[in-house]
Amino acid sequence: MVKELFYFLVFPGLLFSAVIGGFLSWFDRKITARVQFRQGPPLLQPLYDFLKLLLVKETILPKRGSQLTFLLAPVFALFGATMAAVFILLPAFGIATGFAGDIIVVIYLLNIPSVSYILGALAAGNPLANVGASREMKLILSYEAPFLLVLLMVVIKAGMVISFSEIVAYQQANGAFIGSVSGVIGFIVLMMCIQAKLALVPFDMPEGEGEISDGITIEYSGTPYSLIFLAKYIMLFVLPALVVSLLMSGLPLQGWHILWSVLKILLIVLLITLVRNTNPRVKIRQAMRFFWVWMNLLALIAVILAIFGL
Amino acid sequence: MSQSKQAFIPIGPYHPLLEEPEYFKLYCDGEIVREVVWETGYNHRGIEKICESKTFEQVFYVVERICGICSTSHPFAYANAVESIPGIEVPVRAKFIRSIVGELERIHSHLLWVGLAGHFLGYNTVFMWAWKYREPILDMFEIITGNRNSYAMFTIGGVRRDINEAQCQQLEKILDQLKPKMDMLIGAVMDDPVIHARLKGVGILTAQDIKDYGAVGPTARASGVRIDVRRDDPYAAYDMIDWKVITAEAGDVFAKAEVRLLEILESIKIIRQCLQRLRKENGGDIRIKVKEIPPGVGIGHAEAPRGEVFHYVKSDGANRPVRHKVRAPSYTNIPTFRKSCVGQTISDAAIALAAVDPCYCCTERMAQVFDYSNGKPLFGGKELIRLSQKKTLDIQGKR
Repeated sequence: MVKELFYFLVFPGLLFSAVIGGFLSWFDRKITARVQFRQGPPLLQPLYDFLKLLLVKETILPKRGSQLTFLLAPVFALFGATMAAVFILLPAFGIATGFAGDIIVVIYLLNIPSVSYILGALAAGNPLANVGASREMKLILSYEAPFLLVLLMVVIKAGMVISFSEIVAYQQANGAFIGSVSGVIGFIVLMMCIQAKLALVPFDMPEGEGEISDGITIEYSGTPYSLIFLAKYIMLFVLPALVVSLLMSGLPLQGWHILWSVLKILLIVLLITLVRNTNPRVKIRQAMRFFWVWMNLLALIAVILAIFGL
Repeated sequence: MSQSKQAFIPIGPYHPLLEEPEYFKLYCDGEIVREVVWETGYNHRGIEKICESKTFEQVFYVVERICGICSTSHPFAYANAVESIPGIEVPVRAKFIRSIVGELERIHSHLLWVGLAGHFLGYNTVFMWAWKYREPILDMFEIITGNRNSYAMFTIGGVRRDINEAQCQQLEKILDQLKPKMDMLIGAVMDDPVIHARLKGVGILTAQDIKDYGAVGPTARASGVRIDVRRDDPYAAYDMIDWKVITAEAGDVFAKAEVRLLEILESIKIIRQCLQRLRKENGGDIRIKVKEIPPGVGIGHAEAPRGEVFHYVKSDGANRPVRHKVRAPSYTNIPTFRKSCVGQTISDAAIALAAVDPCYCCTERMAQVFDYSNGKPLFGGKELIRLSQKKTLDIQGKR
C-alpha cells in the first residue's frame, strides 16, 4: 500500500511528473519565444504560475451552473493525469508492475482529463465554455480512432501483448519500432493525436483564444485553475513518454541510457512545439476531416504493414 | 427560426479578439452564426466637441489622438478639409513629406493587422514576426518626426519638419533592409496551405455587398471594387508619382490579407519615389503661412489604412471651427459583418470580424445608454451636465 501511494504521489506520479512536466512547459515556452524573437520566461516560470494561481489569486465561482461539478472537474483531471503518469512511466522506466493489461487502462485514463474539462466547462454555465466543451467532444471523437489504431499497430508488432512492460522489453531486445516503415507512419499519426490531446495549435479549438477566449477553461480561476495547470504540465510529460515507450523503446534509467531518455523526451516536445508554432488553428470540421480521413487512413496502412511485418 | 432556441455567444465588450471595447452578439445554431447584433458606445470621448473649443492649429493634435494606429490619416483629412476653405495649395516639398508619413503609417498599420490576424488564428509566430518587422517603420517615424506614434507632423499649409539629405539616406537604407523581410513575410503568409484552408472562402463580400453597405478601403478593394481616394481624388503627392491600386476579386478574408500585404509593397514603392523627389528638389518651403481661415465649409478626405476617412469643418471666420465632423472608415465597414458573418461558423465569424481591421476608437462618435429593465435611454445631455456639475462640486467639497 505504501509503495502504491509512493508511486502515485511522489515517483513517478504527482510530484515527479509535475516537476518534469513543468520543466517541459518551460522548454516549450522558451523554444516558442526564441522562434518568435522573444526572450522567453525564466526556468521557474511554470512554478511561479502554478503557485500564483494556487496561493495568491482568488477563486471566483460561476453563479449559474453546478458549482460542485465545476470544482471537482479539475481534481478529476489531475487524478486522471497522475494515474496515467503512473501507468505509463513505471513500465517506461523499466520498473516491473506485473500488470498485464495496462494499455487498455491507459486508453481510458488518458481521456479522463479531457472529459473532466468538458464536465467543468458544461458546469460553468458560460456560453463560450459550452462551445469549447462541444469542440473538445468533437476533438476526442476525431483523434481517438487513429490513436487506437496506432496502439493496435504497436500491439501487433510486439507480438500481440497488451502490456507496456512487454512492449518496451520487446523493443529493447529487438530494436525500436520507429525503425520500421509502419513505425514511422505510426509515429506521425501518434504525434498528431497527442497534439490534439494536449489541445495545442493547430488543434486548440476548445480553447481558441481569439474566438471563444479560452473557451473550456474560461470560468476557472485561482486554485481550481492551478490544478488544471498541473494536469496540463503532467500531460505534457506523459504523452511524449507514451510515444517514447510505444515506438522508441522506453525511457531506461540505467547509466548512459538516462541521457538518451532525456533527449528522446526533449525531441518529442520540440516537435510538438515546432508544429504549434508553424501553423494556425484549424476549424473543428477541418480537424475532424483530417483525423477521420487522413490520419485513419495512415494508421490503417500502418496496421496492415505491421501485419505483414514491415 | 425563433431566437430563443439559438445560443447566444457574446464577443465583447472585453474579448481577446478585440483590442478595444466593443460588443458583438452572435446568435448561433450550434456553431453556425444566424444573426449578428452590434453594440457600440464603449469608447465615446466627445472629440468633435473638443475640436470646437480648439484653434484650427490645435485641432491637429486633437484629431491625431482619435486613433493611435492611423494617427496621421485624421490630421491628413483634416488638413485637406481646412485648406480647402481658403483654397490653399501646399508647397510641393510638403506634399511629398505628407505622402511619406501617410504611406509609412499604412505599412505599420497593415503589418499590425497581419500580426493581429495571425494572433486571432492562433498563429502567434506570424504575430510576433509581423510586429518585429513593424519596429523599423516606427524607427523611421522617429527619424522623421521625433515620435514613434502621434507624429505631430502636419499643420495648416504644410508640415512642421523637413526631411534632410542625411535622413533621406537613413530612410532608404532602412527600406532596403525591410524589403526582403517583407517579401519573406508575405511569402510565408500567402503560401501557407493551412492558412489557405483557414481563410479562403471565409466571410465573402461580393462587390454588390460592398456597394450596398458602402464599405471602403481594403475591404472594398478585396472584393474587386477599385476605390481609393488617393487615385480617385488625388491629394498630397499621389498624382505626381507612379503607383497602382491593389485589388483582389475573391472578397474573402484571404483576399483582404492579400490586398493589405501587397499594399505594403506598393507603399514602399511610393515612399522610395517620394524620397527620390525630395533629394532631387533639395530645398524649398515646407509650409506656407496661413493668416486666417475665411468663413466657409471645408471637406477633406484621405485614404487611411482602413479606407476613406472624411472630415467636415465649418468656419465662421474666427480662429476655431464652429463644427467639426469626422467619419472614420470602420464606421461604414463594420455593418458588413451582417453579410460576412451570418451563416459562418464561430471560428470563421471571428476572423471575418477581424478582417475589416475594425478600429472602434475611430468609429465611435456617440454613445447612448439604455436602461435594460424598461428600455428607456439613460443619461441624456441634461443628465450628463448635472452629473458633471455634481462631480465638480463633490471634488471641491472634498478639498
